[in-house]
Amino acid sequence: METILGLDLPTWWFLVIGGLITGYGVLDGFDLGAGALHLFFKKEESRRLVLNAIGPVWDGNEVWLVIAGGALFAGFPLVYGVLLSTFYIPFMLFLVALIFRAISIEFRSKEPWLWWRKMWDISYTVSSTGITLLLGLVLGNLIHGLPMNKDHEFTGNLLTFFNPYAILIAFTTLSLFMLHGSIYLVMKTENRLYTRLTIIVNNCSKFFILCFILTSMATLIYVPHMTHQFKSHPSLFLLPMLAVLIVLNIKRNVDARKYYTAFAYSCIITACLLILFAVGLYPNIVISTTDPAYSISIYAAASSVKSLKIMLLIAAIGTPMVVGYTTFLFWTFRGKVKLNEMSY
Amino acid sequence: MPSVEILSRIQFAFTIAFHYIYPPLSIGLGLCLVIMEGLYLKTGLAVYKDITRFWIKIFALIFGIGVATGIVMEFEFGTNWATYSHYVGDIFGSALAAEGIFAFAMESAFLGVLLFGWNRVHKGVHYFSTCMVALGSIFSALWIVIANSWQQTPAGFRIEGHDLGARAVVTDFWVMVLNPSSVDRFSHVIIGAFLAGSFLVMSVGAWYILKQRAVTHAQAMFKVGLSVAVIAALLQLFTGHRSAHYVSKYQRAKLAAMEGHYDSSAVAPMYIVGWVDNKNEQTTGIKIPGGLSFLTHGSFSAPVEGLRATPKEDRPGAVNFVFQMYHMMITIGITLIGLTLLAVFLLWKKKLFQQRWLMVIFAWAVLLPQIANQVGWYAAEVGRQPWVVYKLLRTSDALSRKVTADQVMFSLILFTLVYVLLFTLFIYLLTRKIQHGPDISENAEIEYDGYYHDNITYHPTKL
Repeated sequence: METILGLDLPTWWFLVIGGLITGYGVLDGFDLGAGALHLFFKKEESRRLVLNAIGPVWDGNEVWLVIAGGALFAGFPLVYGVLLSTFYIPFMLFLVALIFRAISIEFRSKEPWLWWRKMWDISYTVSSTGITLLLGLVLGNLIHGLPMNKDHEFTGNLLTFFNPYAILIAFTTLSLFMLHGSIYLVMKTENRLYTRLTIIVNNCSKFFILCFILTSMATLIYVPHMTHQFKSHPSLFLLPMLAVLIVLNIKRNVDARKYYTAFAYSCIITACLLILFAVGLYPNIVISTTDPAYSISIYAAASSVKSLKIMLLIAAIGTPMVVGYTTFLFWTFRGKVKLNEMSY
Repeated sequence: MPSVEILSRIQFAFTIAFHYIYPPLSIGLGLCLVIMEGLYLKTGLAVYKDITRFWIKIFALIFGIGVATGIVMEFEFGTNWATYSHYVGDIFGSALAAEGIFAFAMESAFLGVLLFGWNRVHKGVHYFSTCMVALGSIFSALWIVIANSWQQTPAGFRIEGHDLGARAVVTDFWVMVLNPSSVDRFSHVIIGAFLAGSFLVMSVGAWYILKQRAVTHAQAMFKVGLSVAVIAALLQLFTGHRSAHYVSKYQRAKLAAMEGHYDSSAVAPMYIVGWVDNKNEQTTGIKIPGGLSFLTHGSFSAPVEGLRATPKEDRPGAVNFVFQMYHMMITIGITLIGLTLLAVFLLWKKKLFQQRWLMVIFAWAVLLPQIANQVGWYAAEVGRQPWVVYKLLRTSDALSRKVTADQVMFSLILFTLVYVLLFTLFIYLLTRKIQHGPDISENAEIEYDGYYHDNITYHPTKL
């Protein structure tokens, strides 16, 4: 098989999709987290401030999900079809939650009435939390593996998705995004809201560390194939150790009130956890718990070599552009958030 | 309970039809915003600044719903049409990925600056962002229409595997992208979008003129809308003809259904209005004799391939539906040309804004391009049945194998409820914004040339 820099094309595309999902987690992670925390702020002005802190960027962040979805469809059509149709109900709820989040942000400040704003505030928090939990649930099931037969057909039912491990991952994702979001908000706010947020950040970091420890133990005990990879490549053990160090660093920087550094670390931990997951999975994408032989590997799922090559070229041209726009956007809206007549 | 196939088709048709209310408006409004803000930068007149800011707010509302309902579409291929996804992924996927990375990312990032950057960036940078958003929305349409066109006229591929494991694999990227219908269909779609957006602008302008509110602003926006609409309406005649021409070459059964033409040995007329009796394979109505023959072969007396040339199981069943939708689109297209030419003529005579009856028509005419865009797609998509990929993959074979009817019923009910709510809120908020009107600068006629825009005081529109 053809290789570029020693890696074959499906592996390259696996990296591209991994990169996109990581980008999505890092970027949309903080605004989903901010959404999940929204109801903790009681005053109208605070709510508007935290909403406008993500106002100009959330839509651009969500694009990464769209691109990741497109990339999965393009590179691994088999997996795209199998995953989405297997997780039919969770994905439908996910899509509806995405709609509600978008319109909550957009509609909330369109009317001054108290009930109207309260309604959209609740809808915003519920949908942001729901999206995060559903993402975590799907991720948890992918790490854990699914009962799949030899025709790549799912043999479980809706309840199969709600296994304890997947639920734990769902809450770990929520805790990570809440931490990530609260650090982002603390960077964007000042005065009393800032003071209030420093307390929230502290609580979120404790919640996350608890979930992180539970997830690490549960993975070691219940998901042997994740650790299998590390046993055959001992140098990979550096990754989980790195993760632990980063988590400790987040805590240290939060305690020292160095929020910019803490935010950098919460970006890195999101990436690090997703890399851990990818390393454990590779070269499979969907793991069958029925029989490892029924798992779907990237080689079975990949598009043709020609198609992958074209798309790698598209990605090579497109990625710097996307990074460019994103940087421009964040640079334009750097600093503390202020309200004006165009705000939400 | 209806079958999975029927439910999935209803769900896809419903969600895409609903989604398609919004992107054409965004694309058309994007172009209008580029003109409005460009006029502001060029002339420095505050009236252009006011209408730009007003339409940016409406743009935000429309764009937001477009994005939310668009993400649904991307994932629905996988949830309900997994076999199809596997079949076309190699080809369709690259178009979708290109759309995301080249178009949507650009659109969404610059949208942040467009909506929130007015007082934060230099006005040249803001204008650049407006242009990028408009361009991004056009690129989005380009890649999506390319993907859809490939389904209508597949090219640049070969088939690998067989039965349920079969898939189309790209052999030539550019042949795939520039398949026989891409260019014609894209230009037709994009001009339809320009019409949708510009008629919205004119409708709101006309309404203010009727209400005698913010008249200077209303006339300014009406003129911007009209300048886009008149060119678009005329161009649409040309792209429409090009589209019909490709259909006549590559999708003969669809063309025959559009005109209700059955007999291959007969000269084919073009109907102005009519009715198709598909059971007895007969069409009646007012017609131009030999019209379709002329369109297809450039001669009024040449026979045209009819529906009977295609076996019953390989041709669309809802012939009358395709016929009616197609003719409704054409009737509206011609009406739009007449309306815009009349408006331009009256504008030239300096009598346009005094014609109350015409302003009433324009206030309502916003519905016409919307309807034409919708029914045009109905004709195109129902007309290609029973195929999802023309002559290669049947719609009935494209489903997800493991999804059951009750699951689809659940999601269909869910989407119906959510979209009814969404549409109600959209109409409500749009009406509120329009009733509120543009915020008018102290002196709309005075030139204004500040570095940033924010040192002008606003007061709400006086009623």
